[in-house]
Amino acid sequence: MAARRGAGRVLPGFSLSMGVTLTYLGLIILIPLATVFLKAASLSWADVWKTLTDPRTLAAYRLSLWTAVIAALFNAVFGLLVAWVLERYAFPGRRFVDGLIDLPFALPTAVAGIVLTTFYAPTGWAGRVLDPLGIKVAYTETGIVIALIFVGLPFVVRTVQPILRGLEPQIEGAAASLGAGPFQTFVRVIFPELLPALLTGTTLAFARGLGEYGSVIFIAGNMPLKTEITPLLIMIQLEQYNYGGAATIALGFLVISFSLLVLVNALAARTNRPAVRA
Amino acid sequence: MTALPEATEGRGHSSGPVHAVLIGIALTFLAVFLAAPLVVVFYEAFRKGFHVYAAAVSDPVALAAVKLTLTVAALVVPINLIFGLAAAWLIARFEFRGRGLLTSLLDLPFSVSPVISGMIFVLLFGAQGYLGHWAARHDLKIIFALPGIVLATLFVTSPLIARELIPLLESQGTDEEEAALTLGARGWQTFLWVSLPKIRWGILYGVILCNARAMGEFGAVSVVSGHVRGLTNTIPLHVEILYNEYQIAAAFGVASLLTLLALGTLVAKGMVEWRAGRRAA
Repeated sequence: MAARRGAGRVLPGFSLSMGVTLTYLGLIILIPLATVFLKAASLSWADVWKTLTDPRTLAAYRLSLWTAVIAALFNAVFGLLVAWVLERYAFPGRRFVDGLIDLPFALPTAVAGIVLTTFYAPTGWAGRVLDPLGIKVAYTETGIVIALIFVGLPFVVRTVQPILRGLEPQIEGAAASLGAGPFQTFVRVIFPELLPALLTGTTLAFARGLGEYGSVIFIAGNMPLKTEITPLLIMIQLEQYNYGGAATIALGFLVISFSLLVLVNALAARTNRPAVRA
Repeated sequence: MTALPEATEGRGHSSGPVHAVLIGIALTFLAVFLAAPLVVVFYEAFRKGFHVYAAAVSDPVALAAVKLTLTVAALVVPINLIFGLAAAWLIARFEFRGRGLLTSLLDLPFSVSPVISGMIFVLLFGAQGYLGHWAARHDLKIIFALPGIVLATLFVTSPLIARELIPLLESQGTDEEEAALTLGARGWQTFLWVSLPKIRWGILYGVILCNARAMGEFGAVSVVSGHVRGLTNTIPLHVEILYNEYQIAAAFGVASLLTLLALGTLVAKGMVEWRAGRRAA
């Protein structure tokens, strides 16, 4: 940090890289995004309020939020477990499994969507097992959660892994020599070190889940008021050329998601303070 | 971006059965949630026989979708490479006011739903959009045409390369660049011959990721494409249409192309990490 500050503007390319970055951000990201606010602001308050409090909008917000929360929490638990097993235990095929973790990043969401639907449909491999047990996955909220677990998993694993790798083995040795059992060592010594990364990874998975579209719409069933996620509701408004409605729903959704992300990030920053850890 | 090192087994002192149970749970979870879906793609693609598969992937409409997807990626990846290099250089090499804000803005597209990412370009360039009249007057077709698809894909994939390069540049420091400059190298020479070679594996990995996402993007492209068969349908949109028309075998046949792209991406990532790791060692 000090070296970089010391180097100051000795290094070349400040104006050029600043120019390219700001031009691109302005033209491709910020001006287009501003249209959401402009469009919503061009409507009357009554119209905005009517759209935002419409039962269908509220149901979509609620569904998008809780499915993303459940999937993120599920990924927090299983992502931590997978990261732990990959970093700590030797087993055949470990490197192959590690490579597979990134599959949801690399696989187009539409493919994930039709695959998960086929897999969990009553006639699919998983559906044939679950259906007789009375567990319906495809075309229900459960299906949405499953799809969000799929797309969110790598965020947790890949955020926790490097921290786990960087932990000093001496710390665990010290805990053990002081009489801590393996479970105690994990809960009291290792877990607090991992917590900030785990929170960050879970937040990333949550953020991805909130807006996810491709992997969800095939498996969701898309029943208004029941299994219609917010991005789909926006899509339907666009298809009906109701641009004002679409922009209003999108703006409300962006405000909710950004508030939540800021909140969770503040929380993650707090867990990072040594005072809390001690 | 480092290759997986040897497992650190034996660090803690968990007993054997605990290892076995934890490995068992993790692998079962991954098998059900990650591996099984992968098998489903190829099983469904070939279930009706090879001739159905061959017909699906060689259909003229499918080939038009492949061509469009390749065109989009060929336009998006170089533009985002230039942006990614500029943004990473700026953020990792200089201190300035608003650097934190700029870093957050860079990541912004990651927290915007793909559907909203597509919608903003419809609001801007659509028939009722803010620049819709301007585009119509100049006979520019942006929405429901290639430029709209490229814009939406640029938006969605813009953070990928920069995000890969920022931590890499930050970890490397500036000693070598400063030495080159002291020895009389010009700014461009320093960048081309000192900085770029140091981050070439990171660039390659960023390009691979950006390409995979550009070819596979669905939500944002779905909004701006208009779904004109043979004209504005990318491969993922073609998969959707086939699936919704109950041409399941054909849908999975075309989807298998995208799955191969994904697997190729994972293999390339592994190779890049291996090369980068070997160089560092």
